[in-house]
Amino acid sequence: MAQSSILEFQCKKMIISHWDQYFSPFRYQFKSILVSSKEELMAEANKISWLKTSPLVVKPDMMFGKRGKHGLVYLKDKQVGDVTLSKAAEWIEHISKAPVTLNSGQNGHITRFIVEPFFHHQESDEYYVSIETKDTDDIIHISLNGGVDIEENWDAVTSISIPVDTNNDDASDLIKETLKKAGKVPPHFLQFIQYLYLFFKDMHFSYIEFNPIIIQKYQVTFLDAVAKLDDTAKFINLGKWQNLEFQESFGMAQVSPEERNIKLLDEESGASLKLTLLNTSAPVWTLVAGGGASVVYADTIASIWGYDALANYGEYSGNPSTEETYIYTKTVLDLMTREKIEQDKVLLIGGAIANFTDVAKTFQGIIQALTEYKDALQSHKVRIYVRRGGPNYKEGLNNIKQTCEQLGLPIKVFGPENHMTEIVAMSKKETAQ
Amino acid sequence: MSHILFEKECQAIFFNNNKKAIQRMLDYDYVCQRKTPSVSAIIHPTATNSFQKFFFGKTEVIIPIYTTLQDAIKHHESSRILINFASFRSAYSTTKEALLSNHFSTISITAEGIPERYTRELNLIAKKRNITLIGPATVGAITPGHFKVGNIGGSLESIINSKLNLQGAAGLVTKSGGLFNELANMIANNSSGIAEGVAIGGDRFPGSSFISHVERMEKNPQIKYIVLLGEVGGTDEYQLIDAYKAKRITKPIIAWCIGTITQYVSSDIQFGHAGANASNESETADSKNQAMREAGFRVPASFNQLPEMIKAVHTRLVAEGEIKPIDPSTDINVPTDYNTAKKQGDIRKETNFICTISDDRGDEAVYAGFPISAVATPETGFSIADVITLLWFKKRYPKWASNFIETIIKTVADHGPAVSGAMNARVTARAGKDLLSCLASGLLTIGPRFGGAIDEAAKQFKAGYADQLSPSEFIENAKRNKQLISGIGHRIKSVRKPDLRVKSLKEYAKKSFPSTDLLNYALEVEKITSAKKETLILNVDGCIGVLMVDLWMGMGYESEQIDDFISSGTLNAFFALGRSIGFIGHILDEKRLNMPMYRHQFDDILYSVEKAQ
Repeated sequence: MAQSSILEFQCKKMIISHWDQYFSPFRYQFKSILVSSKEELMAEANKISWLKTSPLVVKPDMMFGKRGKHGLVYLKDKQVGDVTLSKAAEWIEHISKAPVTLNSGQNGHITRFIVEPFFHHQESDEYYVSIETKDTDDIIHISLNGGVDIEENWDAVTSISIPVDTNNDDASDLIKETLKKAGKVPPHFLQFIQYLYLFFKDMHFSYIEFNPIIIQKYQVTFLDAVAKLDDTAKFINLGKWQNLEFQESFGMAQVSPEERNIKLLDEESGASLKLTLLNTSAPVWTLVAGGGASVVYADTIASIWGYDALANYGEYSGNPSTEETYIYTKTVLDLMTREKIEQDKVLLIGGAIANFTDVAKTFQGIIQALTEYKDALQSHKVRIYVRRGGPNYKEGLNNIKQTCEQLGLPIKVFGPENHMTEIVAMSKKETAQ
Repeated sequence: MSHILFEKECQAIFFNNNKKAIQRMLDYDYVCQRKTPSVSAIIHPTATNSFQKFFFGKTEVIIPIYTTLQDAIKHHESSRILINFASFRSAYSTTKEALLSNHFSTISITAEGIPERYTRELNLIAKKRNITLIGPATVGAITPGHFKVGNIGGSLESIINSKLNLQGAAGLVTKSGGLFNELANMIANNSSGIAEGVAIGGDRFPGSSFISHVERMEKNPQIKYIVLLGEVGGTDEYQLIDAYKAKRITKPIIAWCIGTITQYVSSDIQFGHAGANASNESETADSKNQAMREAGFRVPASFNQLPEMIKAVHTRLVAEGEIKPIDPSTDINVPTDYNTAKKQGDIRKETNFICTISDDRGDEAVYAGFPISAVATPETGFSIADVITLLWFKKRYPKWASNFIETIIKTVADHGPAVSGAMNARVTARAGKDLLSCLASGLLTIGPRFGGAIDEAAKQFKAGYADQLSPSEFIENAKRNKQLISGIGHRIKSVRKPDLRVKSLKEYAKKSFPSTDLLNYALEVEKITSAKKETLILNVDGCIGVLMVDLWMGMGYESEQIDDFISSGTLNAFFALGRSIGFIGHILDEKRLNMPMYRHQFDDILYSVEKAQ
């Protein structure tokens, strides 16, 4: 992975835990809680007094934007700022019940809500700030006209490009000069932007946005926060990120235990092992080596078989051990032999021409798993198509062919002399007959 | 900048001693008939050796290893390429140092997972200093016939099959390293192959973009057309489109962008590489394929049709005379590596050693078939004597026998500081020598007069008994041959003052052994000798010697096998092993006491020195 979204709650929590180091003398009252149900909210209310005494704001915290435009910001029962604890609880219960479809087409259940005290303010106090990473620049965008219509008012946005090799002092100067030229930026806001940029850099954010943010003298209120972290920086920021866990994005099917196991295996291994289930009642299952090749196979299956026929997406690469390949294959075979469907099933063991992965070695793991699942594969009428090249590929292809023939599993194998995705069309054609 | 990425005899410095990748580069060099290896030096910060041997065709070459970048640069002024195989943890600092050294013209970075902020900083430094960065997260680049980075192209076999040793006519740029080989192979199957290829890497912020490489390829007269494999995410392809429209690029471009699958998926599944995520509609594979098609690139309907398209363009360029057929080069075979050939069963080799007692090749070393963990801890029920019998005799002995062996070890462990071996060990320790030297000096003292009588006693008694000599004939026989009877006689002990060690050994054997025939025979001999002189008793060496023969006979060994044990020194081995315990005790005692060097007193030596003639 690389850029990973984090929750609004996680972002605010990260800010408050580094507040004194980065933002002093500004002040920020961190009053946010994250709950997944009405019951959790009521339990929190026994511990946190403001939940009972303040009017509240409730929003889904699912890493999708434009919640206001989707009617998913609850701050008003009869009039703005009158949401009580019991109303908030009711709303959470109501929203959790049915799946939500966004304008983008993403669809899913809301399972996390951020609850905060309602903050009375004038719309004119709403500022906007975001920082993005683009090629070799960080770009800060600010506007004094924040709020839901920021995109419509993009003309009022001032942007500052800071080359990534700029030192902290120079970056602060650059922000100051640019904003002074733009004029009318309140000095406190300017100072806050300078601090925010250093925080953004040190924490390895790849994107951050506060819209709106309210800065009254030294008092900062974040009414919203959107952020992405560069998760490859985990090894340097382990302490600063404080055991932050990346959450599944909205609309992803509930992660199965099998997907989770492969993820754990991937984290422990020097090799790369990925598995995503798309449709467990689909006929076409894949075991593909390599990140690029896995995409090409997925593309081709979607165009020849149709997207609905694709059961899983995944890859193994980076010279995994025989044992790792065995576990990975076993997981896929187990999943593919659970649901009986009308059609025969197809297993595509694909891959490009490897640079250094030992094909014979990784295939040993696949062969071991195929042998173990022989009966299940036969009862699901699975036909196997193999295409692979790279170090020791002939030995690997020979071994898998012989084993499957002995086991009585229908198999066809091809090396680099055949086009990589030919087996996709072939499997479709032979299934149609 | 030159229009060729890698010139014919260019050389690289390789960061990290990745022997396999370096060997692949050198094998490639040989196939391309380079005069010099393409790697001139290795940097390995924790190296303890100052060089590494590699094969260069049929001979071997030595490549120096340095622990710092500065040293490597100093000694290899003309090597302007850095191949950085550092891990994702250290790739940033090592690349930054290399960039700031101003020495390198091209740096390739293999590591995947370098934090984006770091990569972007490296990219900016490289850009300002006009240094070509390839990667991160890539297998690199290749100029066929000249030079290749690390593992690109894969095994030698696939390199030859993909014509990556010959200058073809296509320029190839991909994001994915894994698909680079696939494309090179596809181009080779449908045309004369490539003249240069780069896999820029799948990160969101690659060190060099498609456009910089394609602009170089535009200037290279050897390259007649360009094949591009892009990916969903990023806007690189649009820069190419702009350059094409502005006629800065005029050569035909065959292009395909992978990741068309994402149009069907509403949620954020990460397909393939870190950079493969469209942040808006224009970054999707379909939009890019469409835009490239409209700009005049040759874009197939799907990845499946890519080969036909390459073939069509190549055939047309050949027909137009743009591409001349290339001479098939004479085949140069790189000798197969011994290990590869052996694995494939192509060769066999006579072994120089045979080992029948232990094996360290598996997950865990074994003693005569028993993994160490199955004999080491108390709950395994194996004693130290069991380990001795496994390694010395390849058998776990029954309890009565292993108990006896342990008894021997304990019995002979020490006999005070005055005996010659212990004294030598102590004197050596006081001379300031290390433990092993002291122990060796003690052990080297063991011989026929000190501790070495066990073998000889066993041999003599066994022979006498086997020849059915009566005890008195046995003694007469020895006398006639002017032979001492080993194992008989003690300095002070006698029949009335018996050696208690001998007494307990005899008692144990009589109680536990199936039979003690040779001991009984030796005791008959002792009766006669001790009658002549009080102290001519069966001593501890003799007792151990004859009882070991009884033990082996009781276990069913053939007589000849027992002779072999004796002649190979097995019995002395029990003494050497046991007494080592005592020697080490004496040595440690001396180390503790820290006594000065020992010098023998003059008055204890009779000096009788005459002037030599």
